Amino acid sequence: MSEAPVSEAPVSRAPLSEAPVRPPRLAPRTRTYLWAGGGLLLLVLPFYLDRFWLQAGLFAMAAAIGAIGINLLTGSTGQLSMGHAFFLAIGAYGYCVFAAEGGDGLTGLGLPTWLAAVLAVLLSGLAGGLFSPIAGRLRGAYLGIATLALIFIGQHVLFNARDLTGGFNGRDVPPLSLFGLTFDDRELLVANVPFGSAEKLWYAGLVLLLGCGLFARGVLRGRPGRAMNAIRDHRIAAGVIGVPVARYRAAVFVLSSMYAGLAGVLLALVFQRTVPDYFGITLSLEYLAMIVIGGLGSVSGAVIGAVFVSVLPQLLTRYSDALPLVSAPGTGGVAPGEASRYLYGAAVVAVVLFLPGGLVRVAAGRRFRTDPGEKR
Amino acid sequence: MSTFAELLLNGISMGSVYALIALGFVVIFRATEVVNFAHASLLLAGGYVTATLHEDIGFWPALLVGIAGAAVVGAAVDLLVMRRYRGSDHSVLAIVTIGVDILLTTELTRRIGTDVLALGDPWGDAVLTLGPISLAHTRIAAFVAAGLLITVFLLAFRYTSWGVAMRAAAESAETAALMGVRLGRVSLGAWAVAGGLAAVAALFLTVFPTPGLERATSLAALKAFPAAILGGLDSTTGALVGGLLVGVTESLATGYQSELTFLGRGLGDLAPYLVMTVILLIRPAGLFGTKELARV
Repeated sequence: MSEAPVSEAPVSRAPLSEAPVRPPRLAPRTRTYLWAGGGLLLLVLPFYLDRFWLQAGLFAMAAAIGAIGINLLTGSTGQLSMGHAFFLAIGAYGYCVFAAEGGDGLTGLGLPTWLAAVLAVLLSGLAGGLFSPIAGRLRGAYLGIATLALIFIGQHVLFNARDLTGGFNGRDVPPLSLFGLTFDDRELLVANVPFGSAEKLWYAGLVLLLGCGLFARGVLRGRPGRAMNAIRDHRIAAGVIGVPVARYRAAVFVLSSMYAGLAGVLLALVFQRTVPDYFGITLSLEYLAMIVIGGLGSVSGAVIGAVFVSVLPQLLTRYSDALPLVSAPGTGGVAPGEASRYLYGAAVVAVVLFLPGGLVRVAAGRRFRTDPGEKR
Repeated sequence: MSTFAELLLNGISMGSVYALIALGFVVIFRATEVVNFAHASLLLAGGYVTATLHEDIGFWPALLVGIAGAAVVGAAVDLLVMRRYRGSDHSVLAIVTIGVDILLTTELTRRIGTDVLALGDPWGDAVLTLGPISLAHTRIAAFVAAGLLITVFLLAFRYTSWGVAMRAAAESAETAALMGVRLGRVSLGAWAVAGGLAAVAALFLTVFPTPGLERATSLAALKAFPAAILGGLDSTTGALVGGLLVGVTESLATGYQSELTFLGRGLGDLAPYLVMTVILLIRPAGLFGTKELARV
């Protein structure tokens, strides 16, 4: 860290884009076709997949949104956060409180559900903003452990504020309805395929993920992204060249919390019930694992990592009898959940040691390798 | 008043245990500048070894093996994982320790399962009564043992060549290496010592009045993080003060929670984190931490 890559990054980056070092990139047209093909595939999947796979996919989408958020914070700005689960919980429970009718003895404001979702995201952002006196000042491990406090505060509130959260048993999540379309299990036939909540939510999830991904990409490629990377790579130098460091750190924290809030809303809608146990420290660690495995500081890395970490346990559960070493939960052997934790724990270690940059670098054919702006 | 004294003494005793854990954490940080998020799993490993062996070979040998076992696990983490990292960014290494923690904790909680393992300590549930104050023997033992270990450690840190090497490495790794300090040994020693201290702490976290070693023990161990942070990550004094502060706060919050019901149940688990948050707001580098100075 003795030589600041900050100031040179934008300069040396420009020639690199035409530099011959890179292996030939896919022609723009091929890329467009790939994107279109992939998008089309995602659009038609609900017509062919059963509920299990759709749910797995939805979890992955929600996780991807959350992972993009934490990657903005931890990957791009270098602020370690172990409190991401707290903001997910605020999103999930905030949505419940705003949207529920309040018939079951729990507080519910009975707002239109789309408004509730928006408010829940804003509420997460607000919570992140309230934490900014700490988030703007602490760094590295100090921040990591301070955010650990959020998890415990969150758990405490979730278990104790029974009127809001339903306590230990959690509370039901009212289905989202938008433009007269309700995302619940009342079946709707589309081209002779019954559309339940999973199918309908699939499209909502896709739209949200696309929006979040594009927004984050915009942030990262523009002025704020450069400032964030500068803060990560050399905080003092960033301050000297005029980046308002504390303000940026607080702002990224808020943005990342809002992403987490949205992921929380989506997760709540998929689960259809929120329980406090879920939003513990394990969840936070999972999100950190996602971005490390996928690739720190990039949107596609976050998405790849999220798919890896969230689909893996479901895959292992589904095929536990066909796999060696994995047995059904409760039979004494390695349960699928544990097996997947071994795998992603090992993946975190292996990626950092042997594959700096994460899976996204492999997918991209290591073409960023010589890019000094990306070096950590 | 006697309740208060009791809670205070209990808190100090628990605090000294937290200080043991935090000390290990600080030692690793000073020697290698790595924040070890896998510390709770080292503790769990030590406790687990003791718990499984004590019936066959007796408590004291089992404890020794447990301490050695945790030290070996710590050293192995350093040797097999930390050494392999070629970069220079220590925050990335912190994330690696999170990966290690996921691995170790999963394995150990899988082995422990839903059981509550006794560690076979000789103190049982005996209680010492001094006038109006009653104190469990385990708490006294915890305080004495932790105090003894901390003293020995601090003396070693100050006067032995190992301690000097470690402090030199913390001051400036490069200069220390040029002076002939073997940095590899220093970091290996730090990890092993931290593991050993954590194993002792595991014993005292799981004896009476807590039921025994269970999955949740690693959560209890996490309270040493705020202890280390609020004292200042690079300060051994800070680890001691932080540990005591966390222990006393927790004990008082648990003891008086019937009068604080408006804050909800289980306040004791939360109190350390609240104290840490407040202290970090006022002193971002912790109570005794070195304020960061940078030369531009």
